Amino acid sequence: MDVLKTTLPYIISGISVGGQYALIAIGYTMVYGILRLINFAHGDVFMVAGLMMVYLSASLPLYLAIPLMILITVLLGFTIERVAYKPLRTAPRMSVMISAIGVSYLLQNLALYITGGLNKNYPQIPWISDRISLFGMETSRVTVITPFLTIVLVFALVMLINHTKIGMAMRAVSRDFETSQLMGIQINRVISATFIIGTFLAAVGSILFFTNYPGVVPTSGAMPGLKAFVAAVFGGIGSIPGAVIGAFIIGIAESVIKGLDTILIVNGVISEQIGLATFSDAFTFVLLIIILVFKPTGLFGEKSTDKV
Amino acid sequence: MLKIDNLHVSYGGIRALQGVSLEVPDGKIVTLIGANGAGKSTTLRTISGLVKADSGSITYDGQELLGMPINKILEKGIALVPEGRRVFTNLSVLENLRIGAYLRNDKAQIEKDLQWVYELFPRLKERSWQMAGTLSGGEQQMLAVARALMSKPRVIMMDEPSLGLAPLVVKGIFDIIRQINDQGVTVLLIEQNANMALKIADFAYVLETGRITLTGTGRELLVNEDVKKAYLGS
Repeated sequence: MDVLKTTLPYIISGISVGGQYALIAIGYTMVYGILRLINFAHGDVFMVAGLMMVYLSASLPLYLAIPLMILITVLLGFTIERVAYKPLRTAPRMSVMISAIGVSYLLQNLALYITGGLNKNYPQIPWISDRISLFGMETSRVTVITPFLTIVLVFALVMLINHTKIGMAMRAVSRDFETSQLMGIQINRVISATFIIGTFLAAVGSILFFTNYPGVVPTSGAMPGLKAFVAAVFGGIGSIPGAVIGAFIIGIAESVIKGLDTILIVNGVISEQIGLATFSDAFTFVLLIIILVFKPTGLFGEKSTDKV
Repeated sequence: MLKIDNLHVSYGGIRALQGVSLEVPDGKIVTLIGANGAGKSTTLRTISGLVKADSGSITYDGQELLGMPINKILEKGIALVPEGRRVFTNLSVLENLRIGAYLRNDKAQIEKDLQWVYELFPRLKERSWQMAGTLSGGEQQMLAVARALMSKPRVIMMDEPSLGLAPLVVKGIFDIIRQINDQGVTVLLIEQNANMALKIADFAYVLETGRITLTGTGRELLVNEDVKKAYLGS
């Protein structure tokens, strides 16, 4: 009982972190699903969303700053696709990937130039950053909101993909560009829609994520981006439920490992801090290696049903 | 009438079509026969807008199609059943049919046409909720044809519909082609199976290395000595 009681707060905060990763991971997995491209710039778009919020909230009230930040981030995602990926539609996949890496560094360096590399304090968003007490743990309300918001957004997205015309077009384009075109689908529009959805979710995720952190720096997107990417691979890249479940698993595992010293001390297994928390990031990447070795298609990776 | 005039197409330095001219009159079945690499698929792909032409013209009812985007050409009523079926294996049979009607907004008529293709292909109705990837080759070919029909085409182009199918299934496909044509849809057909194609065709063209070398009615080419030797294996 004690074990559960001491672990629970970490699990809850892990679920929250997982939700944030999930919102980023969906962007990776959807873009991969449709373009077979790992969009390396996605984590940096997430960082830009954070910075945008810092600057916009400095001069605008939050009820304007938040929608405006989301809108600009979505526009950024849309523009990146049009400028850096669309011209390479028929180029080898490697070229598009290199272009994505280029965009990633471009965004990081632009952010470095604009911020001077200084930490920019993320605005306090009333209500969601209010402190609350949960199972004896002091936390902010965002911890509770995140998983619910994530589930609502994922549910809406799954409905969109499975039950609307544009969703059907997305699934068709993800399978076969040319035949989709023969159906009259304008694939560039569908691809743009994919980027818009992906960056929208990342922008929402950025609010939830950065609220928990003191501020934003130009490399702020790298780690959450990378972890969300691992989550997408873990769940089976291209699969939305896979990315979400992968993200929750990674978030929870990471959070529990961070608190493992405390949990063990309270339960009398060890008598002093031994620094297990240091391994929380490493765990994510060990998980990546394990999944790549034993199940490269991930938990929900596409099973091919093609008949030759 | 679909009319192709002096069409030149090349890709990657290879001149795939070197001045192809042909006519597909309304309500007829026209077939294009020829060896592998003669340019048959290229011809259909150029008509549908997938491939850009170097020069020449493709008109439908007097309107130039070259340079038109693919979706506009489909809107004009020209649909292509691609080689190798290419059904969306990750979509259900019903969704494949619905996506065939992607450009249409006339909901009531789409539902009617859905019933119509289900009548033409009762097997598809039975499997309507199955993923298209689980269908047999013959069923996938039927789905590919049905999907194209859902766009309500005036001209349906078929690229090797009998490829890789059992003889009995091939016969079924050809019966369907005739039925579709009886309902007023013009058919432009590419076939390796020249014998069957010439039997149902009103007009036929022989394509050799990017050029039309012979033309006539299906019956004429069926008894033509050169055609017999080269394509009918007798």
